[in-house]
Amino acid sequence: MEIFNFIVITFYLLSTLGYFAYLFLQKDVYQQTGFYLLVAGFCCHTAAIGFRFIQSGHFPVNNLNEVLSIAGWTVAGVFLVFQYRFHLKILGVYAAPLVSLVMVIAAKFPNAPGQANNILNNLWLVVHVVAVFIGEASFALACGVGLLYLLQEHAIKSKKHGFFFRRLPSLELLDTTGYACILTGFAMLTFGLITGFVYAKAVWGRFWSWDPKEIWSGITWLLYAALLHQRLTVGWRGRRAAIMAIIGFAIILFTFLGVNFLLQGHHGEFTKL
Amino acid sequence: MLDIVLMGLNHKTAPVTLRECLAFSEDETSAALKVFRESPAIREAMLISTCNRVEVLMATSDTPNAADTVKVFFSEFKSLPVSEFEKSLYIHEGDDAVRHVFRVASSLDSMVVGEPQILGQIKAAYQIATSKKTSGVLLNKLLHRTFFVAKRVRSETGIGDHAVSISYAAVELGRKIFGTFEGKKVLLIGAGEMAELAVENLIRNRAGDILLANRTFKNGVELAKRFNGQAIRFEEITGFLEHVDIIISSTGSPDYVVTRDQVKGIIRRRRNRPLFFIDIAVPRDIDPEINRLTNSYVYDIDDLKGIIDENIEDRNREAIKGERIVDEAVISFRHWFESLDVIPTIVELRDKMEDIAKGEIKKTLQTLKHLSDDDHEAITRMTNAMINKILHDPTLLLKSNGHHQNKSVYLDVTRKLFKLDE
Repeated sequence: MEIFNFIVITFYLLSTLGYFAYLFLQKDVYQQTGFYLLVAGFCCHTAAIGFRFIQSGHFPVNNLNEVLSIAGWTVAGVFLVFQYRFHLKILGVYAAPLVSLVMVIAAKFPNAPGQANNILNNLWLVVHVVAVFIGEASFALACGVGLLYLLQEHAIKSKKHGFFFRRLPSLELLDTTGYACILTGFAMLTFGLITGFVYAKAVWGRFWSWDPKEIWSGITWLLYAALLHQRLTVGWRGRRAAIMAIIGFAIILFTFLGVNFLLQGHHGEFTKL
Repeated sequence: MLDIVLMGLNHKTAPVTLRECLAFSEDETSAALKVFRESPAIREAMLISTCNRVEVLMATSDTPNAADTVKVFFSEFKSLPVSEFEKSLYIHEGDDAVRHVFRVASSLDSMVVGEPQILGQIKAAYQIATSKKTSGVLLNKLLHRTFFVAKRVRSETGIGDHAVSISYAAVELGRKIFGTFEGKKVLLIGAGEMAELAVENLIRNRAGDILLANRTFKNGVELAKRFNGQAIRFEEITGFLEHVDIIISSTGSPDYVVTRDQVKGIIRRRRNRPLFFIDIAVPRDIDPEINRLTNSYVYDIDDLKGIIDENIEDRNREAIKGERIVDEAVISFRHWFESLDVIPTIVELRDKMEDIAKGEIKKTLQTLKHLSDDDHEAITRMTNAMINKILHDPTLLLKSNGHHQNKSVYLDVTRKLFKLDE
């Protein structure tokens, strides 16, 4: 099991190296290598998670190690999908290190096989977790794209075409990709929340328990809903959208991790140390 | 010894006033080549004349006389005393000439490194030389190798990569903002060569509708015809700002033609879609404060020049890689050049053998009248086979590269052994 994780992390780290080589040297072969290494890592990662699932009998979100592993897995998966669709080669420079970082941190936490908890067996739970994580991974990517947008916009506005200008794609492509990430993220988050409610009703008897994570998820959902609304009506695109994507992701981080550590609630179980 | 010699002047050694006096049109080039062909000193010749250089490339074994022939011809043909241009002339021989040709074709010697026209100009000059039959073994090989080297330099280095003219720079920027120009509407305010070039470039890149605004409506209509666009009145500009994406401005107006307030008012109605202003005018037409508004980008002529300077620096860096490729090619050409001596010797050797064989066969067959035609053939084939086998090892030795230093010695001995020089 440990070896598996080690292999996965190695692939992700090598992919990061590939992308950094691409950033500095700008030869397409580095970008392609980075991409395929990430694919390899993702496949191993999927196998590892599947293995863990079968071994323990329930979806592996028992402790911080497993939760972070699933988070890394979804970010890698979502990145691969968006990369295939939008060909934003430089985004790998953000995604690969992010995934590697998450996995390296995950490895620092113990992976005790949790007690066979019945509440983890439900299909609704699996769907809820996967949907929410995919949503959050999309928002993470949107944040990365937003950062790239701000970098490129600054280069163009200030007329100083430094290191990044050549290496980043057009503002239009960045904006469109960011928008697609947020749409996806929002859709998945909505779906995730709904399945969460269904699951909560099934297990605890009520849709909403005023659990801090539920509250903060609600706040997050409202924020992205507002962002999308403004984009569609007033045309909040470009710089504003990029900044909102970054702020949104900061709130997501809090919702995802901060709540578990700093506030009490039934979600805390999943991030026991 | 026949060698390659190049003589001429370029933008580095002669001012444009002199260069234009010595420029040769296509017909004049043909006339020049005709004269060169008739000169005993010049074996092969090619003349290239562009706005930045006039050069004569020759194959000659008598450089001083060849050079004089060219100088005298220039002087007479262009009615210019030799003393007027002699100081600006440079002359390269052998490897230096080869290197010069490679560098020029790869645009490493151009005013703007990486410019694409020079290769086409050299090809045209070579065309004329081949049609006038003034190019032979040496120049043919040299020019073909030149085209190959130029292609290598262009594709393996970045010297041609980024825009070094205003209109190209503007388009490059636009691409960084919009990604693609399809469906993007362009507004040209005023007129002028650079601005119109930029519009042409945008059209080439599949830009959408073109609108033209001019203080004199008639001029706008004229331009509109040229670009297949629509002319609008100067006063209507504000209204159209909402619909266009790229605005190129080049008027003689002393004040701003588009102000910050005009733009601020329509950003919302544009739903924040990006707006790109290219201000080529001096005094500036576009209020620079507009650059501070969201999703609006204003580049004036200094900004564009700044980008071009950056790109030129990059090209000069890439040029160093190009020089390396040229150096390699010069060495490889020198190897080919040296192998030239070997071929005639081998050919002469073979010819001599075959002559001897033919003579003997004739003599022998005359005394063997009873032989059939098939027998004749068999004997002929046998002698050919013998000659091939006899000459096989000597040919390999002479052609091989290992005896570089002694090649001329071997060639000399061979020629003496078989009395090839009589």
